[in-house]
Amino acid sequence: MNVDTSTVADTPAPTASVTQPTTPPAAAKVTRRQRRKEAEAQQRGILSTTDLRTPRIRRTHRVVNGILLFVLLLWGLVPLLWLAKASISPTQELLRHPLSLWPKGATLDNLHEAWYDLQLSLYFKNTIIMALGSWFAQLFIATTGGYALSVLRPKYAGVVNAAVVSTLFIPAIVLLVPLYLTVLNVPIVHWQLINSYWAIWLPAGAAAFNVVIVKRFFDNLPREIFEAARMDGAGPFRLFWSVVLPMSKPIVGVVSVFAFIAAWKDFLWPLLVINDTDKQPINVRLPAIEPATEHAVFLAALFISTLLPIALFILFQRFFLRGTGLGGALKG
Amino acid sequence: MSTIESPAGAVRQPRARGGRIKKWFREGGLSTFLFFVPLLLIFGFFSFYPIVRAAIMSLQHTSIINGAVVARMAGWSNYRLVLTDPNLWIAAKNTAYFAFLAFLFGYPVPLAIAVLMSEVRRRKGLYSVLAYMPVIIPPVVAILLWKTVFFDASSDGLFNKVLGWFGMDPVPWLETAGHAMPSIVMEATWAAAGGAVIIYVAALTSVNPDLYDAAGIDGAGIFRKIWHVTLPQLRAVLILTLILQIIATAQVFLEPYLLTSGGPNNATLTVLLLIYRYAFENSAGGDYGAATALSVMLAIALAIISAVYFRLTRSWSTNS
Repeated sequence: MNVDTSTVADTPAPTASVTQPTTPPAAAKVTRRQRRKEAEAQQRGILSTTDLRTPRIRRTHRVVNGILLFVLLLWGLVPLLWLAKASISPTQELLRHPLSLWPKGATLDNLHEAWYDLQLSLYFKNTIIMALGSWFAQLFIATTGGYALSVLRPKYAGVVNAAVVSTLFIPAIVLLVPLYLTVLNVPIVHWQLINSYWAIWLPAGAAAFNVVIVKRFFDNLPREIFEAARMDGAGPFRLFWSVVLPMSKPIVGVVSVFAFIAAWKDFLWPLLVINDTDKQPINVRLPAIEPATEHAVFLAALFISTLLPIALFILFQRFFLRGTGLGGALKG
Repeated sequence: MSTIESPAGAVRQPRARGGRIKKWFREGGLSTFLFFVPLLLIFGFFSFYPIVRAAIMSLQHTSIINGAVVARMAGWSNYRLVLTDPNLWIAAKNTAYFAFLAFLFGYPVPLAIAVLMSEVRRRKGLYSVLAYMPVIIPPVVAILLWKTVFFDASSDGLFNKVLGWFGMDPVPWLETAGHAMPSIVMEATWAAAGGAVIIYVAALTSVNPDLYDAAGIDGAGIFRKIWHVTLPQLRAVLILTLILQIIATAQVFLEPYLLTSGGPNNATLTVLLLIYRYAFENSAGGDYGAATALSVMLAIALAIISAVYFRLTRSWSTNS
């Protein structure tokens, strides 16, 4: 959990790569036993290591862990595995034996039919376009805005920051109808964004939470480096592109993954603003095609829709499961 | 949190107007401002403006005629219309019922999982991944899977099949007014618990193990350790997650929209679903004024609930 705060830099010894953040600098020569002890201390919860040496407690501990693992497998993995199985089962087989472990007459026809005949390939592409645009808009606004608010910091920055932060306290539902009317006809410029992906991309950029966490990250970057870059003649654009952004890969990664996944999950807003079925993302199409689609083919479509988010989750799980991701979880 | 700084403001010299603008340019004021432009434009059009417009729209009759938005002032009539709509009280009652059931079942579940997970010594990461997995599945996909497979009311439905093993009769999960809301809460709990689990697991790692040892010396068993050490140590986090859950459950939309469309017989009509119906499912054209009025009322209600909640829990969370 404490990956980023480790005091590795203070301890020159190569063994220090696993140093805990609580290690005082004096512990430069960490012995193996000390390290193991520390690792255990970190690991322990209500039960201590000595507790676990008692045979009765150890047995109970093992049983409880086993039950927990079983429940969590049912909770997190079995629905997905079931969906995967269903996507290669014939409908008849699925209805007759929903709980069989392996389908009789397994076939890839469902997946094929979902991808081509249901036009999932098209909706998949639409979803990717939608998500990539939202991702870019969020990242662009959050990094330029965070940079302006945190590093450039003119006199009016405080007012802008307060205005952005205050939008966090407005529930999203308040914006639904006025925002809908806004994209119908954007004031001043009179763009009609309905049925265009801009109606999704542009409002996605107005994500105050991203601006706040990026600004906070920039606040913690060492000021001396900015001063040095300015001395060397770097202007604000150069400073942003060549100094601040390269130092901000962790936060850019976090914002990117959460922005992409959030856009992928979105349903109500795309449903309202994209009426042309050939432009709609998967999420909007799935409920619409459900009644007229063969059961197994529909489940194959559901399976296909989960693949990308799951792959991203497996690849970037530390973003989700570490403290940094909390905000995203809280926000949802 | 916001810091308004005026370092030079106190001793600023009066100066000719042209000189000030020139100075602003020389100090890079323009390029600084350019970095604010995207943020100000996007937030201006798609956040600040709609928020202000919401307040105004709730006092207007708004309609779309030939693609043009036409609005005229209507006083409090939107609010009057919403408050006298018998559906509002059904929706408010249902939303409160949903929040109550989610509190009863959805609130303790992630806490229990997290406390058990904190005792796991090996492959903790695997447990976290499994617990968080439902959060990653797109909600629409998860809901449709539950609707078409798990909640299938026939004896071949997945849940009913499992109940059948134990000799139990099939349950009409979404078909009757009595069953629909608890079923929705089941799905919503499963879908959302992972986020809270991760928060609690993180909070549990910061509990000082010496407290457990001290409690052990005082003769406390495992359950008393949980009750007297773990839970008090998590108090601040628990207080926060509860209000966040209340705010989230008050805005439940997707589950009733996709699972039951508010039925049967309006048993799962929630406040957000009612707002959606006013605006987008109105045969007489969208009543945008009523929808906005109701969403403003909901926001105010949530603000009041949060304020009262934090006032009530303040003393409770600070002294430990």
